Amino acid sequence: MKSYPTRAIALLGAALLTATVAACSAGSGTSGGSSPGGDQSLTIGLVAEPASLDFTTTDGAAIPQVLLGNVYNGLVKQDESGKIVPDLAKSWTVSPDRKTYTFELVDNAKFTNGAGFTAADAVFSINRVKTAWTTSLKAAMDVVQEAKAVSPTQLQVTLTKPSNGWLFRMTTRVGAMFSQTGVEKLASDPVGTGPYKFGSWKRGDSIVLQRNDAYWGTKPFFNQVTLKYFKDPTALNNALLTGTINVVGTVQAPEALTQFTSNTKYQVIEGTTNGEVVLSFNNSRPVFKDIRVRQAIRQAIDHKALLDTCFAGRGKLIGSMVPPTDPWYEDLTSVAPFDKAKATAELKAAGATGATLRLRLPTLPYATSCGQVVKSQLEQVGLKVTIDQLEFPAAWLTTVFKNADYDMSIIAHVEPRDLGAVFNAKYYTRYDDPTLVSLLAAADAGDEAAQTDNMKKAARRISEQAAADWLYLIPNLVVADKNLTGLPTNAITESFDLTRLARS
Amino acid sequence: MILRLVERTAVLLVSLAVASVLVFGFMAVLPGDPARVALGVNASDEAVAQLRQQFGLDRSLATQYVDWLGGLLQGDFGTSYVSKVAIGPQIADRFQVTLWLVVTAMIVALVLAAPAGTVMAARHRRISGLALSALSQLGVAVPAFLAGILLIMVFAVKLGWLPANGWTPPAEDPGMFLKQLVLPALSLGLVQGAVLTRYVRSAVLDVLREDYLRTARAKGLRPFPALWRHGLRNAAVPVVTVLGLQLATLLIGAVVVERVFVIPGLGSLLLDGVSNRDLLLVQDVVMVLVVAVLVVNFLVDLLYVALDPRLRVSR
Repeated sequence: MKSYPTRAIALLGAALLTATVAACSAGSGTSGGSSPGGDQSLTIGLVAEPASLDFTTTDGAAIPQVLLGNVYNGLVKQDESGKIVPDLAKSWTVSPDRKTYTFELVDNAKFTNGAGFTAADAVFSINRVKTAWTTSLKAAMDVVQEAKAVSPTQLQVTLTKPSNGWLFRMTTRVGAMFSQTGVEKLASDPVGTGPYKFGSWKRGDSIVLQRNDAYWGTKPFFNQVTLKYFKDPTALNNALLTGTINVVGTVQAPEALTQFTSNTKYQVIEGTTNGEVVLSFNNSRPVFKDIRVRQAIRQAIDHKALLDTCFAGRGKLIGSMVPPTDPWYEDLTSVAPFDKAKATAELKAAGATGATLRLRLPTLPYATSCGQVVKSQLEQVGLKVTIDQLEFPAAWLTTVFKNADYDMSIIAHVEPRDLGAVFNAKYYTRYDDPTLVSLLAAADAGDEAAQTDNMKKAARRISEQAAADWLYLIPNLVVADKNLTGLPTNAITESFDLTRLARS
Repeated sequence: MILRLVERTAVLLVSLAVASVLVFGFMAVLPGDPARVALGVNASDEAVAQLRQQFGLDRSLATQYVDWLGGLLQGDFGTSYVSKVAIGPQIADRFQVTLWLVVTAMIVALVLAAPAGTVMAARHRRISGLALSALSQLGVAVPAFLAGILLIMVFAVKLGWLPANGWTPPAEDPGMFLKQLVLPALSLGLVQGAVLTRYVRSAVLDVLREDYLRTARAKGLRPFPALWRHGLRNAAVPVVTVLGLQLATLLIGAVVVERVFVIPGLGSLLLDGVSNRDLLLVQDVVMVLVVAVLVVNFLVDLLYVALDPRLRVSR
């Protein structure tokens, strides 16, 4: 479990209102791409503004959304289809015991403070996670025994045990490469090797990124990209309608999409994310110890109707904790098909008819609207559901997440590959299942085929055991000016990929 | 006069002291731990404890309060828990923005209310007065954010005359600054203006019934000159009181309107601070708002004296 670094749900802060996650670059910096568009600029409207620019000490998805892939590079990154591809590492090999990774690094990358990127910087960055990071994400590096610069362009990392999870985590913010001489002012002046350099930050309003003319890969098309923050979804849409911004990075209210789909000035992009909206059960509560109760709840919910009501029918039904972009995805919606009669009978057999469940919701729009549907559907099969709302993030985090003082809740888990992190005896789901633990351990230690095979089994296991119910997968919904290209379809990494944007 | 000044100043100081205790107390009982929000929920208890110590949250509440107040008195607002940036300059920055908004809205409200209220009073039995009166009732009923949304729909989205939202500092681009200021200032100002109109109307009506005005009319002055020369100053006293109160409402209204128009003012700083549990920042912003409101009320008290010579004599 350790290699699935438990992470913040602040992540969900991320989720903040929907997926802040955004896609990553398929086109690596060194391949293809468009020629720079002179001094053209672009403005993108987003929802959650970072509280700081330092993701080593402040949690939340808004910071890597801006900086990762755009200002910072990692050794590796995840492409839009979910594959791990080169970034600052041109290639890498894994030793037969799967414990030693040798990375060949690019030799022409430079930090924006002028220093060249070498294996020593990589060693520094990896070690720094253990020593200087304070967020819980730092656990991702616990498995590293030693990082060593063999030559300026060769890095060797030795793990204490084989871990597929580690390489994957290197595609996230934990794998960001910092300059040994550029970590003084991370909160206000980040220094990276990416295609953009940090320009300015008007707090409460916007962040400006400038094209990094010294970038080692293909330089971005736009000279300047402004990320403008809107707390109010209507204001965000209005800004696009009136030309203040060119892109709505994350559509908050899918019912508002019609004003764009019917207008030829705009394009609407719909893809997938890592954001599973989970109806979580507190598995330590006596009523949820009985698998029949958990299964009955899953079968009592008409997921199609729920999605239509609470997210305007956008999004995907998944049936487990795996999004379609992960290699071990299987459609598991048939494990617990909607069947009111069966659910009622199961509850009766378990002696749970008439039981009262407390559904404690975070004050997020999707949770509030889905909560109402869940309540009404569960009451149709003989359960009593009381809803209370907890302010998100602080109150919800303390009550539900930290203290597990709840029966059921609804929250989007937006972190990539988070099955093991979420279904875990220590997590707020309080899901204690040795079978799952051993499947996950085997997946982490094995080769690619073994990983895929065991992860499939794990996904099926939690679905069959009804460890929770998966309401739907949040769609990646982006609206943009018609002539913009290079916007990611799927938003499955922590970064909003600005590297391939261009105007046709 | 002096006595009154001393008395009002004493009231101001006591109110400020009480307010500071209340603001601090509310923050202390607010659920949610700022250190945990900053570190992410899976942070170990040791890491959280360490950060709490760094923030000084492990000290006794009394010590924290005294330190905070002492800092404020010396102009030191402290450092934000979340962004690690000094809070004082941030508040100063955002306050300017909100001040533009509030002052412009106030001017809109006054420019609207003074003539409209006077006309409504002078013609309160005629159609024109009644029509204005009905219109102002409507204005009173509409909350500022709704007015904002409606204005955006009409003037920004449909007609495209003005930007829907955003903020540009006046020094950067004065033209854009004015364009972006129009709609938010109107949505705050129109609503406040409607409320103020009611007060102007009743104040003028009261004055119209006074003996001295009848005397002025009897001397041969036409109704409006009589009101202008003898009535307005008298009618101004209650209106100024309301203006003072309205300034407080405007500051609160600005919090909501700033959100609708995406303006980086004090209101949005406050909302961000609350959701990030940046408690010190919230505490400071609320305190600044409280001070602003109390000081305005204090000034209004003094203004009465200037307007009404009777108050200058000791009671």
